[in-house]
Amino acid sequence: MEETVSRSKLLEEFRPELEKTSFRWILLFGLCLVIFLIGIYGLIRQITHGHIVTGMRDNVVWGVYIVNFIFFMGLSYAGALVSGALHLFRSSWRKPIIRMAELITVISLVIGPFFIFFCIGRLDRLHFLFTHPRIQSPITWDVIAIMTDLVGCFIYLYLSFIEDFAILRDYSDLKVPKWRKKLYRILALGYRGTPEQEKAIKVSKDIMAAMVIAIAIIVYSVLAWIFGVTLQPGWHSTIFGPYFVIAAVFSGTGLLIILMWIFRKIYHLENYITKKHFVNVGMLLLIVSAFYGYFTFSDYLTKWYGSVKMDSILIDKLFTDFFGLFIYANYVGILIPIIIVGIKKLRTITNITIAAVISVTALWVNRYIIVIPTLETPFLPIQDTRPEWTYYSPTWIEWALTFAGIAVFCMLFMLASKFVPIISVSEMTEEPESEEERILE
Amino acid sequence: MKEEEKNKSRRQFLKFGLTAGAASLVGLGGAVIAGKSNPLPAVRQADDEKKPGRKVKVLTSEGKLVEVDESQIRPAEKVEIASIDKAREGLPDKKFVMIIDLAKCKNARKCVDACQEGHHLPRDHEWIKVQLLQDSEYTHPYWFPKPCFHCDQPLCVSVCPVGATFKRNDGIVLVDNERCIGCKFCMTGCPYSARVFHWKESEVEQPDVEYSAETNVPSEEGTVGKCVFCADKLRKGELPRCVTACPMGVIYFGDLIEDAVTNGTETIRFSQLIEERAGYRYLEELGTHPTVYYLPTVNRMFPVESGFEGLEEDIHNRYEKFIHPKLKKK
Repeated sequence: MEETVSRSKLLEEFRPELEKTSFRWILLFGLCLVIFLIGIYGLIRQITHGHIVTGMRDNVVWGVYIVNFIFFMGLSYAGALVSGALHLFRSSWRKPIIRMAELITVISLVIGPFFIFFCIGRLDRLHFLFTHPRIQSPITWDVIAIMTDLVGCFIYLYLSFIEDFAILRDYSDLKVPKWRKKLYRILALGYRGTPEQEKAIKVSKDIMAAMVIAIAIIVYSVLAWIFGVTLQPGWHSTIFGPYFVIAAVFSGTGLLIILMWIFRKIYHLENYITKKHFVNVGMLLLIVSAFYGYFTFSDYLTKWYGSVKMDSILIDKLFTDFFGLFIYANYVGILIPIIIVGIKKLRTITNITIAAVISVTALWVNRYIIVIPTLETPFLPIQDTRPEWTYYSPTWIEWALTFAGIAVFCMLFMLASKFVPIISVSEMTEEPESEEERILE
Repeated sequence: MKEEEKNKSRRQFLKFGLTAGAASLVGLGGAVIAGKSNPLPAVRQADDEKKPGRKVKVLTSEGKLVEVDESQIRPAEKVEIASIDKAREGLPDKKFVMIIDLAKCKNARKCVDACQEGHHLPRDHEWIKVQLLQDSEYTHPYWFPKPCFHCDQPLCVSVCPVGATFKRNDGIVLVDNERCIGCKFCMTGCPYSARVFHWKESEVEQPDVEYSAETNVPSEEGTVGKCVFCADKLRKGELPRCVTACPMGVIYFGDLIEDAVTNGTETIRFSQLIEERAGYRYLEELGTHPTVYYLPTVNRMFPVESGFEGLEEDIHNRYEKFIHPKLKKK
């Protein structure tokens, strides 16, 4: 495949997706909407009946909501590190997938914090975070970091959109409603492709790509420190910052592969997203899962080998009550991607996608067995006759809201793919940088 | 002793006044709104309308409706409720401290009952828990009453994002339920599981008083609660409820600056008690610097088994898993 394709050909390819909505699209969107509405019903019940409707109790005070929060924040790494780093390294194969990665970032960044809201007992007092902030609290750090990340990622995404908006504005054959044309015109900010404009976009993109990487590392470290600063067994670990960052890149990369597969199938992008892309992103997944596996191993090894009482109790719990989940998250989830991508024979598009699905789900489970077992093993033993006070199990409301989060993710992605081409037209048609220029930069 | 009796009767009377107030409030259709300077206008109203011989319906703290002769109703003593600023500041020149004598505890659970009654807590909200601990296989088990430790380096206070929980000058750690957003970070921060969450609206009827951080009454759904060292009692110069309720005199309470603690019957120097009985703090290595000290179970007054006597079934079952086989045989 040529690195540059003609702009008109590419636009022609995407035209039907932008102009029409298929029945299948509406059906899928409707399904997501129903799941979302069930979640809303659950949320209303939680607000009216109190948090007693969740599986959380005095010992396990954080449940699936927090797991989802760190999970979605982790997915946002796809854009931050993958697209940011690929942009800075000027890898030309990045072009067809960079927009997907950036969309994952912004959409999961928007969804993530909602799970914190579900976990908070007094939503009506949320503004106290701004009116009575205490800088000593890692939650305050998190509020600042996430807001910065959101702004940064929005700017980065928008910068990559401007040229495409201008192209869509100038594309007179495109049959879309007037308001959409008008919107493209406004959003293009008068971009005409003059040399100064091109340079300005390029420089800002470079700056933002670097900043987004830095901010993303800060956000996820702060998130890890919410757990790390407490004295709880299993959480009180110095490795948690980098460990969480790597875990986030791991899940973000996995999700990127899954979405590449879906859009390749549905939008027939076989010409643009090829096996090369799957193998390349798969290699990234392999490297990251090796790192991630190494961190996981060294974290648990030191806890297991030593004889600190609380660590032993926690490890015992992980190897009894949570044994299946532990094996899936920390053996299957790490080894399968390495094996599939590592062995050339197994390296097919389908296999790599399966590895990605395993890695994303395993990471969710990994977050679960970081949060829950620790809370079930406090320093003073839980002496209670009620099983729900001793062991956590999520209720249907928590699951409904979890799936609602996934549904919203799908809906936003579907809407975005109708509004702009899912492959960046401007990036694809950009002149390839000369070798010299690449080295200089 | 006399003083204590007087206190007790006053306490009962206060309770009566509060419930009567709540009942007449219901009767007036909620037309009377409690003002800041006059926290219990309803009680006064009941007093003004007093006619001899007439029976009045009042609610007891158990939620029963009973009839009382109207002449029995007297205005309740004005309930002093510290403003939030005062509650945050604490009492001047005090550093409160608690010593729990494990040798005397037999799990009578009177401290738990008094605390729950005094703070209008539902049965599953225990601000002071009595746990059955056994440190290792061949050490002897013991009963371990555990209130909030009111640490000098409280992690719960550090991690609170809105300053809802705070450390006062006198050492007490309190929660402002009107500030708390219910993020539960303090609950994961506390290594002693001292905090409880109001997962739903309280099943226990809350008195119609202005909210005070010194009592955490009335309780608010979606916020965190915990032992308050009975800061309201301390303001009045009285001992915390668990101290006076304990029939064994297990809990000593006092002031580190004065170097004196009392369990209601004997008053003793804090330093002397710690020295003579080898007082220690639980989980010292965590570095949270608790202000609650423990005296080890040297020369214990009761066998551990006596702690199982007269327990309700669900309470007894709590300890089932933690009873060492040696104890079960007996």
